[in-house]
Amino acid sequence: MRKSEITLNVNDKTYTLPVKPGEMLASLLRERLNLTGTKIGCDEAECGACTVLVDDQPVLSCVYPAARADGKKIITVEGLAKMVHDVMKLHPIQEAFVEHGAVQCGFCIPGQIMTAFALLKRNPDPTQEEVRYALKDTLCRCAGYPMIENAILAAAHTLRTGDPLPLPEIFESIHKQEIVGHKHLRPDAVDKVTGDAIFTDDLKFDNMLYAKVRRAMVSHAILTKLDISKATQLEGVSAVLTADDIPGEQNHGLVILDWPTLIGVSQRVRYVGDAIAIVAAETPEIAAQAVQLIDAEFDLLPVITNPVQALEEGQPQIHESGNLLKHIKVRKGDVTQGFEESDIILEHTFHTQTTDHAFMEPECSIAVPLPDGRIEVYVGSQIPYQDRSQIARVMGWDEKRIRIVGQKMGGGFGGKEDIAGQIHATLLADATQRPVKLLYDRHESLIAHPKRHATQIRVKMGVKKDGRLVAVETELYGDTGAYASLGEKVMTRATTHSAGPYDVPQVRNDCYAMYTNNPPAGAFRGFGVTQSAFAVESMMDMLAENLDMDPIKLRELNALHVGSVTNTGQELDESVGLLECFERLEAEIKKINPTPFEPVVNSDSPHLVRSWGIAAAYKNTGLGGGAPDFSNADIELFEDGSFEIRSSAAELGQGLVAVMQMIVSEEMSVSPDAVRVLVMDTDLSPDGGPTTASRQTYITGNASRYAAKTLRTAISSFLAEKYDVEPSKIKFKDGSAHVNGHQLSYASIASEMKASGQEPRVVYKYNAPQTQALGTGGDMHFAYSYSVQAAEVEVNTFTGEVRVLNVISANDVGMAINPLGLKGQIEGGVMMGLGHCLTEEFIMDEGNVVTDQLARYRIPGIMLTPNITSIIIEQPTADGPYGAKGVGEISSIPTTPAITNAIYNAVGVRIDRTPVDQEVISKVLRENIV
Amino acid sequence: MHLWQEFRQPNSISEAIEDLLNAPAPVVPIAGGTDLLLEMRQGRHEAANTLIDLTSVPEMNVIEKRGNFLYIGACVPVSQILASNLVRNNAEALIEACDLIAGPQVRNTATLGGNVAHALPAADGTIALAALGASAEIANQNGLRKLPFLELFLGPGKSAIDKTSELIAGFYIPLSDHGQASAFKRIMRPQGVALPILNCAVWLEREEGTVKGVRIAIGPGGPTPFRATAAEALMQNQILDDELIQEAVKKVLEQGSFRTSPRRATSEYRKHVVSGLFTDTFTQAWERSKK
Ligand SMILES: Cc1cc2nc3c(=O)[nH]c(=O)nc-3n(C[C@H](O)[C@H](O)[C@H](O)COP(=O)(O)OP(=O)(O)OC[C@H]3O[C@@H](n4cnc5c(N)ncnc54)[C@H](O)[C@@H]3O)c2cc1C
Ligand code: FES
Ligand code: FES
Repeated sequence: MRKSEITLNVNDKTYTLPVKPGEMLASLLRERLNLTGTKIGCDEAECGACTVLVDDQPVLSCVYPAARADGKKIITVEGLAKMVHDVMKLHPIQEAFVEHGAVQCGFCIPGQIMTAFALLKRNPDPTQEEVRYALKDTLCRCAGYPMIENAILAAAHTLRTGDPLPLPEIFESIHKQEIVGHKHLRPDAVDKVTGDAIFTDDLKFDNMLYAKVRRAMVSHAILTKLDISKATQLEGVSAVLTADDIPGEQNHGLVILDWPTLIGVSQRVRYVGDAIAIVAAETPEIAAQAVQLIDAEFDLLPVITNPVQALEEGQPQIHESGNLLKHIKVRKGDVTQGFEESDIILEHTFHTQTTDHAFMEPECSIAVPLPDGRIEVYVGSQIPYQDRSQIARVMGWDEKRIRIVGQKMGGGFGGKEDIAGQIHATLLADATQRPVKLLYDRHESLIAHPKRHATQIRVKMGVKKDGRLVAVETELYGDTGAYASLGEKVMTRATTHSAGPYDVPQVRNDCYAMYTNNPPAGAFRGFGVTQSAFAVESMMDMLAENLDMDPIKLRELNALHVGSVTNTGQELDESVGLLECFERLEAEIKKINPTPFEPVVNSDSPHLVRSWGIAAAYKNTGLGGGAPDFSNADIELFEDGSFEIRSSAAELGQGLVAVMQMIVSEEMSVSPDAVRVLVMDTDLSPDGGPTTASRQTYITGNASRYAAKTLRTAISSFLAEKYDVEPSKIKFKDGSAHVNGHQLSYASIASEMKASGQEPRVVYKYNAPQTQALGTGGDMHFAYSYSVQAAEVEVNTFTGEVRVLNVISANDVGMAINPLGLKGQIEGGVMMGLGHCLTEEFIMDEGNVVTDQLARYRIPGIMLTPNITSIIIEQPTADGPYGAKGVGEISSIPTTPAITNAIYNAVGVRIDRTPVDQEVISKVLRENIV
Repeated sequence: MHLWQEFRQPNSISEAIEDLLNAPAPVVPIAGGTDLLLEMRQGRHEAANTLIDLTSVPEMNVIEKRGNFLYIGACVPVSQILASNLVRNNAEALIEACDLIAGPQVRNTATLGGNVAHALPAADGTIALAALGASAEIANQNGLRKLPFLELFLGPGKSAIDKTSELIAGFYIPLSDHGQASAFKRIMRPQGVALPILNCAVWLEREEGTVKGVRIAIGPGGPTPFRATAAEALMQNQILDDELIQEAVKKVLEQGSFRTSPRRATSEYRKHVVSGLFTDTFTQAWERSKK
């Protein structure tokens, strides 16, 4: 039977709609009913973000033909909260997600909530195992799995019993004040659980076109011919642009302008993702069809697939400057002498793989031309002001002609620092004078954006018999792929951290950051330190075994402490919590097992062996290396008594907006509800610098704090003059000023100031403490965070399979401004580290991307989540806001070596290449027995 | 450029066959679509003009006893197979296989018919059905006929049924008798492709300590779902001991072709783990048959 209409009930409303060919339920909901709470993370049935209920069963709406929904009852995330007496009342599951901190970037949350909702309908009293089973394939890259699980169990309790929602036990900071240091709910959480939160792809503009990029799909070649005529003639195509249509400079780039926006004829293609033409058309389907009609011919060139090959003589040169992006050197003392003095010297080479950020929200940019000739670009970007300047350069425009309107971001992790579709969308919008949306699908996202550097690391370490480190030498080869991106910075961090968090007298570190024909590599949570920590921390365990020393004792003996001098010559004078991390972690682990590093054979299944492993790390906060590191914050008091704090720092899910809100609330003695936060808008919020290097809590946190303090001083002097009292006699409390026994509300203060011609507004530029360039021997960074992690694994000696059972994570974060947000960062960090160690491998074959679908690039799901215990150490740093320093990255760095050291302790197989390959473990064990 | 132009929802098998033969071509039957739609989207399957939605056919959606057989319609969603006590009591291996297919959302739409019609040598449902001694019910213009299960497969991704004129209507599985039991297990790797390194299903009949009968299916052990008939013959009517299992493993290794699949597993690893996987699966079924 052929139908021309379907009738379906969505969230208790009935719709009759014409059938559209090829339409999935997800697009019907998102495009036709504007129910954009249902998200598309992969469009390939892998991630669960698009989960909705069809006749009470959770299904993936991205692979559910809309026509099949005829006559069915659909519930989406928008259908859960109900209006009660004109007030929106959240469903207990939604409330629990908010209260338990399960919401981070929020992109996966509708899928998580709908899956949980279906579970609780069927099974009102699930066990932890049943929750995990139900959420098995509903992925969260922020990886708040423990909090998601707890939220669901709490909601189940409330739904069953009618009791109030059980709340999580959240510690409070030892440095807590009125607001900071206490549990605080993120201001965007409610919108993220109801589906109201808008991400870029949720936006629609009148008359909007859809863009698509034609990529080279060859790894190294000269483009010899490009024919767009067929594409141009296709009905519904508005523009096809090539390199010839670029009005300004051809290249973009974060530090080095080496990345062509479009490759022109007779120019060089350097990786498969290089763009050669862009199309804008009336529908995404037409755009996709047009892209296939573009004819391109290439002269193929030999491909450079790894950084060691790239440095060899006689290899093709990928850039005019050659294949060497940078040789990075760190020198301290004299390693030759150090090795001579050593009693034991070990040397080993390690390899780490390329990985992808796999943020749940693929990249999306929408460029909208304005009548006055300006263009607005809607995008979730980690560096809005850099987007603006990079677009301006290619357009040949003044920067002011572009406005970046930053959107909520479904995760970034470093992968949204570079340009994705921003410039292409702008070029097309300018050419067509219509709004243009450029959305990557997962496939394109995996191919195009910069990755984590695959790195080869040779480590040579010399120790005295008593365990004191005397010399460390490392040599790194980093694969920065086709373009520089932040490659130099990342590999510098890998190099400077490659002697580990230890006080070593003689150090020599060399790194070759090399161009290859792989996709570019850039920033990724951990910023190079993830790689070197794996090598160094593996070596520390190898040394401990050789010395017959306890691995904790060996590390404690050498640990950085106040007074130590790092390999870059920086004397640490405060806030070095590493030893405390060791002490607290050791106490915790020994409560569970007094001999944690011994293998324990399962008596029922002797092929299962458990053990613990340990690893430590440190990570800088802020850009460092002499780069000016600043942020601007703009605070304003309104006549309704509310405040707004504005800065173009990025909220990517990590919780910065909550931190800014808390800080202003603290400084102005006003309820957080009276503080709005506006970020990432280059017209409305001043430059907050890049959201990278774990810097925003510190830098924009400080900018917000000093902006608020300055405003408070301005208000004090205004009131002091007006009421003729000493400014110091004016107190701020409970949302008002107290002057001479009078209580003045902020609303009235704002009105009074305005009436007398004063703006209750302050823009503050915060400059972080000065740092020194590498090689100058001064302070390379103004703060470091420290972490020690222990992991317990179970290894199957027959198959080589590895399971992580427990992780204890001790982190020195200076001060926990928002303990709830911190929990998410720490647990999510462990899960990302676990993925890096066990599941994730971005595979290339001659530069072609093999892992071009989420089905092939596996990120950890809830089933792999170990029991995570967090220990917070708060050794404050003097200049940080209330003592805080960065936590976003450190929480994920030691996980990999902690796991691989545990594997060694369990079965004696030394993993020197990530991710762990169960075949290798099984093989080594077989060979050892023979 | 649309994946399909027209989506038809027939109400009976004959109507579905009619559509298959006469609707505007290309005509493609769709069950859950969890394989098909992705293949189309990723360009590995041509787009269709007409999709024939088999899930709307009531006859293909039943689980029931038919004589001495359990009948499972080709379009019963995997989650409903999991929820069925009839299946649980007669085909534990199938329950265990279905429990491992994808996640709950996919299982609410994915079907056994699709799992089998896709003709992969290591699809989980397929391997379980192979060990359970299932036969397929095939529908075409002339009506329904039964086909021995393994005759459905010609090669990797190649089904013996003619997709332009035939459908799988359902599967017959012999009802479980006293002393009979089955089990299913698989080994995965956490990285890369979502296909098992190896999976294994065993059905057996036991009398005291003797293996009265046994069926062993392993995937991938060849281009089509592999039945370890040599090992089955060796074990038949033998008293079970460790040595018998070890001899059976040898036969499995001799008969099966455990090849290297790039980025999934080497041949060497497969040959190593198959012994443990088979032993575990067999032992599990053996323990169950005690009840
Ligand atoms: C995330 C994910 C995880 C998965 N995990 C697993 C797993 O662990 N194990 C596993 O085995 N598989 C897995 N799969 C693969 C797949 O989903 C299953 O094999 C599923 O059972 C296919 O059924 P379907 O109804 O969706 O088939 P469809 O996609 O509808 O159909 C598949 C093919 O069979 C044809 N077809 C369907 N039904 C019939 C019929 N009755 N008669 C004739 N032809 C028919 C279709 O035309 C199509 O060519 C996974 C898939 C996804 C997306
Ligand atoms: S978007 Fe549907 S599963 Fe990922
Ligand atoms: S909150 Fe789950 S992906 Fe970010």
